Amino acid sequence: MSELVGTAGAVPESEETMLGLREMELNFGPQHPSTHGVLRIVLKVDGERIVSARPDVGYLHRGTEKLFETETYPMVIPHTDRLDYVAAATNNHAYVLAVEKLLGVEVPKRAQYIRVVLDEMQRISSHLLWLATAAIDLGAITPFFYTFREREVILDLFEDYCGARLTLNCMRVGGLQEELTPGWIEKLRAFTEDLGAKIDEYEDLLTENRIWKMRTIGVGILNTERCIEWGVTGPPLRAAGFAWDVRRALPYECYPELDFEIPTGKNADTYDRYLVRVAELRQSRRILLQCCDWLAANPTGDIRGKVPRVIKPPVGDVYASVESPKGELGFYLVSNGGNKPYRLRVRPPSFINLQALPEMARGHMVSDLVAIIGTIDIVLGEVDR
Amino acid sequence: MADEPKDAPAAPPAAPAAPKPAAPPKVPLPAPVDAMGEPLVVALAAAVPGAVLGAKKMVGQTTVEIAPGKLVEACRHLKDVETYTFLVDQTAVDWKERAPRFDVVYWLHSFDRGSARVRLKVGVADGEACPTVAGVWETANWMEREVFDLFGISFEGHPDLRRILTWDGFQGHPLRKDFPVEGIDTGAAIYPDRYPEGGGPAPDDKNRKTVS
Amino acid sequence: MDISETVLNYVLIPAVKAVVVVILVATAAGVLTYIERRTLAFLQVRKGPNRVGPEGILQFVADVVKLLTKEDVVPAKAQHFVHFLAPILVMVPGLAVFAVLPWGPEFTMRIPGLGKITTAWYATDLNVSLLLLLAITSVGIYGIILGGWASNSKYALLGGLRSAAQLISYEVPMGFAVVSAILMARSLSLVEIVEAQRTHHMWFILPGLVSFFLYFVSGVAETNRIPFDLPEAESELVAGFHTEYSGFRWAIFFLTEYANMITISAVATALFFGGWLRPFPNVAALSFLDVIPGVIWYVLKVSCFLFVYIWFRGTFPRYRFDQLMALGWKTLIPISLVNLVLVAVAALAGFRGLRILGTILWVVAIGAFLIVTRLRAAKKPPATRLVPAPVGAQKAEA
Repeated sequence: MSELVGTAGAVPESEETMLGLREMELNFGPQHPSTHGVLRIVLKVDGERIVSARPDVGYLHRGTEKLFETETYPMVIPHTDRLDYVAAATNNHAYVLAVEKLLGVEVPKRAQYIRVVLDEMQRISSHLLWLATAAIDLGAITPFFYTFREREVILDLFEDYCGARLTLNCMRVGGLQEELTPGWIEKLRAFTEDLGAKIDEYEDLLTENRIWKMRTIGVGILNTERCIEWGVTGPPLRAAGFAWDVRRALPYECYPELDFEIPTGKNADTYDRYLVRVAELRQSRRILLQCCDWLAANPTGDIRGKVPRVIKPPVGDVYASVESPKGELGFYLVSNGGNKPYRLRVRPPSFINLQALPEMARGHMVSDLVAIIGTIDIVLGEVDR
Repeated sequence: MADEPKDAPAAPPAAPAAPKPAAPPKVPLPAPVDAMGEPLVVALAAAVPGAVLGAKKMVGQTTVEIAPGKLVEACRHLKDVETYTFLVDQTAVDWKERAPRFDVVYWLHSFDRGSARVRLKVGVADGEACPTVAGVWETANWMEREVFDLFGISFEGHPDLRRILTWDGFQGHPLRKDFPVEGIDTGAAIYPDRYPEGGGPAPDDKNRKTVS
Repeated sequence: MDISETVLNYVLIPAVKAVVVVILVATAAGVLTYIERRTLAFLQVRKGPNRVGPEGILQFVADVVKLLTKEDVVPAKAQHFVHFLAPILVMVPGLAVFAVLPWGPEFTMRIPGLGKITTAWYATDLNVSLLLLLAITSVGIYGIILGGWASNSKYALLGGLRSAAQLISYEVPMGFAVVSAILMARSLSLVEIVEAQRTHHMWFILPGLVSFFLYFVSGVAETNRIPFDLPEAESELVAGFHTEYSGFRWAIFFLTEYANMITISAVATALFFGGWLRPFPNVAALSFLDVIPGVIWYVLKVSCFLFVYIWFRGTFPRYRFDQLMALGWKTLIPISLVNLVLVAVAALAGFRGLRILGTILWVVAIGAFLIVTRLRAAKKPPATRLVPAPVGAQKAEA
């Protein structure tokens, strides 16, 4: 029974300080308003200052990777929705890319554009959700409702397209299942054109807000070297000033044809990560507009490549990755020639980025920890799988 | 060497290794080719003698097999000399019947080499320990903990080797092929003395399913 | 007749007033929660509670009923007596201060069977009512600290500690701000301070601009409201000192917070905004405004402050603990000291001195505001400090 005490037992006893005072151990989560799910962090605090933080994950472990091995290739797709459940499209995308790579299937151009549209919509909705929750973590409750107003439109568009709002299950090996519904592109364009002004609204509330800046500037710094050492990707890496984005570095689909920029920060702190994500919203908007143009100009075309009816990739292994809203999301697929993946490993950006939390949080206050958790942008479904 | 973004037509025209699919695709299926001649593999073999056991390339992705004893040395070399500073991911594959039962897989990225990535594979037998690379890349810490947790491969020299996704005191390693997919009785985890190793239905129980 | 008059004046009327005040305050705090939710909803492009009763006005009644009938959970290892005592310690001072708040002037009314009665829109007027007010409100903090400590929860304890530090720090600038008002009016009685603004021909916001800001900022901090809601910061400390409270004991904490907001607003009104006086109380041309009774003026002014409270909540993120302390000790207290000296000197020079001080303050304030906004508009900072990477820098190499 004693080993069930949990990882808190593994934390070394607090040292006595000069006055005979002891540091307090604070159990942050797994039920806590700002751990964004069931994340537990064992904190040692000196007053409110964090001496050490030890994330304890796994509360949402569902054995997804084990499940993958029992499902045929197409049946895996709905399971990928449940990893990063606020960005299902990018999960689908990374998985089908891996299978397509191993199968050697060419995806038709139109399907590529629709996939990119779905990805970027998903990125916007994920970043909006991030902005909402990160602002609430710091006590600003209003941006939440503003961002959810726009997120709602995106979810409606998803529903229009594939019938689901969150767990989209929208991509298939070799392309897509569904053609766009009539008028969908127009609706998307109207929303996208509107989005610029909406992003300005969020920025009005936060970007130059003194308290927001006080709370975020200089908090949770992780510079480029440390980011790479910890394997941190996505907005935190770019906020450190390193313009690395899978969409540019390891291009997939039609991204090389699209014109967009990689926003980068300078100071690698929470504020820069906020700025980077807001700038990414604008870049995603830009990509969406270009895709809308292309799709309007090419209203018909194949959306599914030539895929065998029963998907049996050759023996071998392959890794494919996409830039998910959280960072590099990869799928490592090992095939034994059967109709089920022999092993399917997810490279979860949330999990790997979360690992750097103790380093980012050390020496900060409990309030900053909340800001830092928020700024890493974790989704526990992906951390724990 | 280069990790091609979209492979299909560029894939080597070797004979498909897979069983014949129902509707044969037009393009030949990708198959692995030997990559011992790659400059990186040659350089690695020269710098760390005895490290490279083999290398192959498939869909533009190079995989180098490394001898377990030389793993840390090879990784240091790749990181410091060949600028593979970014450990993208690390995991393991359970081959159940194969001689070294597990493959521990690492893939590395170098920011100076465009989209080039290299994958390392280390064969580890059941019960054997794999040397840790947590001293080379900090990020390997949790990844190795995860492999330890889900496959039961221990990492020699790891600073903090505890279970990470399942709870402390859990019996068994879920991603091993002989772990039942429907899971084990939680009681088995809590009272290991009352339940068989691995928990759940007894090994000869017909309800016990394993994944092929 | 003598005895009955004594009974009437010293027992009956105060008793009636006390009951009325308690009921009114409790109701007002409840209504305020509804108003806050609707106002926030308006700020946040949503609807807010609109189901219970017309436009949801009865929502707070439903909430109170719910909270009253909810299970009252006490943690097993809590200090039961202190845990029980804490909400009372918070509530009693919160309600007691309403005794001295001057909602309106004296008035006479005729009650059948009792004859003419002269009474006032306040429960009592003491010559030390401001001191009483500061003393009583400081007692409420014990409830918060004890509640946080007695819950036997680390989060509650941290909330209680934060609140202790915060209230002590902000009591100081608040005290100095109040003292400056006392200097201007030369009285400690709230009623006399209001009357002094009539005799001085101006609201004390004129010479007391800085004092008012100090008072209101400290007041927001004292009531634990955003951006100073650290003791109960939801996203950090779960719910702070009242984490382990539920049911009606929690409701008591909650309602007292709103009652305290009303107190702070009411005192600000009395000290700096002329209490129940209409705007420009000495300008005869505006005498038609007297149609509106003083108590309505008072309520209107208080409502404005309450709206500002809610507006803050819809706008600001939360300070960090050390930033909050720095703001209190390094900014507000020095300013309040300088301000106190200025007001004291001006008050020494009497009525004219205050007027000159007021004019200077307002000119400086408006000028500074104009210059700052102009400067900001001129060097409008770039929206982001982001360096865009060259487009397609790393195109596919294949």
